[in-house]
Amino acid sequence: MIEIKNISKWYGAFQVLDNCSSSVSKGEVVVVCGPSGSGKSTLIKCVNGLEPVNQGNITVDGQEVTAKNTNLTKLRSRIGMVFQHFELYPHMSVLENLCLAQEKVLKRSREEAVSRAEALIERVGLSEHIGKFPSQLSGGQQQRVAIARSLAMDPIAMLFDEPTSALDPEMINEVLDVMVELAKEGMTMMVVTHEMGFAKKVADRVVFMDEGRIVEDRPTDDFFGNPESERARDFLSKILNH
Amino acid sequence: MGDFDFQVIINSLPFLWQGLQLSLWLTFLAIIGGLAFGTLLALARLSGIRTLAFVAAGYVNLIRSIPLILVIFWFYFLVPLALGRPVGGFQSALIAFVMFEAAYYSEIMRAGIQSVRKGQVHAGQASGLGYWQIQRYIVLPQAFRNMIPILVTQGIILFQDTSLVFVVSLRDFMTASSIVARTEGRLVEMYLFAALVYFVICFAGSMLVRYLKGRMAT
Repeated sequence: MIEIKNISKWYGAFQVLDNCSSSVSKGEVVVVCGPSGSGKSTLIKCVNGLEPVNQGNITVDGQEVTAKNTNLTKLRSRIGMVFQHFELYPHMSVLENLCLAQEKVLKRSREEAVSRAEALIERVGLSEHIGKFPSQLSGGQQQRVAIARSLAMDPIAMLFDEPTSALDPEMINEVLDVMVELAKEGMTMMVVTHEMGFAKKVADRVVFMDEGRIVEDRPTDDFFGNPESERARDFLSKILNH
Repeated sequence: MGDFDFQVIINSLPFLWQGLQLSLWLTFLAIIGGLAFGTLLALARLSGIRTLAFVAAGYVNLIRSIPLILVIFWFYFLVPLALGRPVGGFQSALIAFVMFEAAYYSEIMRAGIQSVRKGQVHAGQASGLGYWQIQRYIVLPQAFRNMIPILVTQGIILFQDTSLVFVVSLRDFMTASSIVARTEGRLVEMYLFAALVYFVICFAGSMLVRYLKGRMAT
């Protein structure tokens, strides 16, 4: 489904991604982790072309994201993305947040968009909040709305960029629960996160990054049971010891 | 001040009201037009297309280096030349105000657009919205909201500036007051009254700005 081949990227003279390759098959859940500044968020933003790459190529569902003649807008409409800071549209109600792209991109009728939105908002347990504005919701609720907003587009894959990093601890689980459910239903997912409990529970593979390089890319049990690299062992000991 | 004549003001109220209507109408249309053209200029400057950004920046800097009264003159003489037929003083003044105010509004809207988080654009892009859709539904509504107090302040300045249209013989509120003042020989009364009217309208505008700022802070 997602093929990342030898991509490199520079910000000026600073190299953020160094010859990274990986893949996510249909129905697979891949967790990307690593210390901050390791390039994992940049990597996931390259997958739907929010960040351009300087070298290498990425294909999603057979279409090359990095090619000039690709209809990037169309391709993006088929890939869901959830952001660290939710990025709900603050001037629109929850319902309108879910309807905007359905109507403007997928050209669904108003009734169709609303009924799809209502079903998804119910699914993330926020039916009574559908008329509210994002600022009236807690962080966890906002992120669940953001997930529902992405799902409203019926994506073929979902990208999560540190979906719980900006949340208060007591709200992390309500978001992870929605993601676990999604994973169990067979959604193709690429998730940048530090939530190792989530990784152990649902990830098929773990990609570990450091200084712009993919250091490990292995089945979840192997990664946690027997990390190969010194850096991964060091990283795991730091975040699992508490 | 013993012979302060209120009657001259009262007698000329219908005449002054006509002038005030012209001032307000010109202000209103110039705000709408200036905001629309100014927003396009701001988008051009932020487009990342170098030629477009350069032309827009050049326009803004040129207009902002020229006195408004000169721009009004220019369009009064240039527009008929360009169109090949005479246009009314009001039309040419309106075009001048729109062109002039657009330069200022574009700077305000540029700051407004930049005040919208980049993540908002990313969210729009990620859902497959195109550039214009993102601007129209996501960025500009937020930019506009963030900038409302400054936009209103600029509108107040614009209202005061409409008094310059006397140079193309338009009868705005200020001109109407002057005519009465001179024909009736009541300079003190009429110019005090004119000042009072401008003060009331602009002060009400400032209060509105304060109210809007307060509401946005919460």
